[in-house]
Amino acid sequence: MKTEINFAGIQMKNPVTVASGTFGYGREMAEYIDLSKLGAIITKGTFLKPRAGNKSPRVCETASGMMNAIGLENPGIEHFAEEDLPWLKQFGTPIILNVGASSLDEYVEVCRFANKLDIDAVELNLSCPNVHAGCMAFGVSYEGVKEATSAVRKVLDKPLIVKLTPNVTDITLPAKGAEDAGADAVSAINTVLAMKIDVKRRKPILANNTGGLSGPAIKPIGVRMVYQIAQKIKIPVIGLGGIVTGEDAVEYMLAGAKCVSIGCGNFIDPATSLNVIEQIEEYMKENKVEDINEIIGGVTMN
Amino acid sequence: MSVVEQVKIVTKEQLKNDIFKFTIQSEKMSNEALPGQFLEIRVNNDIEPFLRRPISIHKINKEKNELEFIFQVKGKGTEILANKEVNDKISIIGPLGKGNFQFENYKNISIIGGGIGIFPLYELARQASQNANITTYLGFRNKDFVVLEDEFSKVSNQLVITTDDGSYQKSGFAINYLKADCEKQKPDCIYACGPLPMLKAVRDFANEMNIPAQVSLEERMGCGIGICLGCAVKDKHAEGYKHVCKDGPVFDVNDVEF
Repeated sequence: MKTEINFAGIQMKNPVTVASGTFGYGREMAEYIDLSKLGAIITKGTFLKPRAGNKSPRVCETASGMMNAIGLENPGIEHFAEEDLPWLKQFGTPIILNVGASSLDEYVEVCRFANKLDIDAVELNLSCPNVHAGCMAFGVSYEGVKEATSAVRKVLDKPLIVKLTPNVTDITLPAKGAEDAGADAVSAINTVLAMKIDVKRRKPILANNTGGLSGPAIKPIGVRMVYQIAQKIKIPVIGLGGIVTGEDAVEYMLAGAKCVSIGCGNFIDPATSLNVIEQIEEYMKENKVEDINEIIGGVTMN
Repeated sequence: MSVVEQVKIVTKEQLKNDIFKFTIQSEKMSNEALPGQFLEIRVNNDIEPFLRRPISIHKINKEKNELEFIFQVKGKGTEILANKEVNDKISIIGPLGKGNFQFENYKNISIIGGGIGIFPLYELARQASQNANITTYLGFRNKDFVVLEDEFSKVSNQLVITTDDGSYQKSGFAINYLKADCEKQKPDCIYACGPLPMLKAVRDFANEMNIPAQVSLEERMGCGIGICLGCAVKDKHAEGYKHVCKDGPVFDVNDVEF
């Protein structure tokens, strides 16, 4: 039984990665799980300089999920390069650095820095709904994604993955923008822009008023979008949004994802990603799948 | 080190209509636990409710490998938890929090708790009372809300119970009795957990009197283990935030803004 995949040139022992912002830089999770068992680790969104993030409350629970408006709190890329990356390397797991920025210049600067680091790929965050400049401003159109991806492509020799926002009418357009600008892959979906109101106080619960919805509640949206993207572009897709079981992961892969990410599933149990790996293997055994690559895009429409 | 474990509920007691005390068995957690730390409890194995519930540790029993926690039913998560029975198993991550109560060097300490904020203060009082003189102030809304009076009286040299409406023991806010006593004799440190206005009053009074003070803070949490960065609280000494789950939940009153 073969679970290895080659994702945009990155050799992974299985198709399960962990989503940006739900795993820190791995340190806290290493207390609970063996990081060497993961297909890849996608880091917290990292900017050129440290960022403080938003005021509290930053998170709240919703039906079968949660909302967050962390505001991309992160220690900056120098801290990542000096403190986190050398430590992460001990596990031998591919490391994908998620890059955020407030301007096009900053995206380029962070990627220029990242290009010198011993990492396996860069995931470009063009989709965070919780910061006011950058990110999602580029992510919502074909032109915006193409512009940001092209600028970064010029300074980055490593595999480039563009993370897409679902907060658009037609996600295949930004996906195509990434492909046309030379991205090696896309990941979909980031969180869905949402709001929750405290009816007693008559105010939104999150200090940021709105936030990104994640968890099993958004999984059907993610599966649909990954399917649409996979029909439209040739580069591979990381599928994510609400995966907490092996069956969820298989759904995304059948829709066309070549690998998957576990997001806020990491919060409910630090072992969710490892459980998903085991459950994918069980699915393969039960359904006589010899090679995980066989199921990618394997859904048949009615 | 904290662990994720399926633990067995060994006792269950209904202290009030909506307040429950559970004892759980875990050698690893009880051995590691410190006063002020908390647990992240998954109330079922479903995706609804989605997140774990952070609940403070009330009592640590290393001899019996047990931990006690007390919670109030506030929503569907705590309601499901309240319906668990002895011998049921629940998934817990714990003990959590790197900021716990620091009390080793003090001889005279004052502890003040309000409402359901009193629970994490018990283990502090129990451990500190072995070497220090403890005065405890517990404030409740009215006589129907008073809990744990006997337990706290056993681990306190003086126990002052107040009710906002005067329906049981002393009338008014607990903070006023603490202030009056501290003005006569300054304690080495004040420890507080409870509603935010009470914590702010403790901070202001402690600073005015130049008494060290530690508070246990609450904030909405995603993970409880320091990865989601949800439970941010503004750092007073540096640009940016500290996080209640990994830097707290207990903080020196002058280290964070609240």
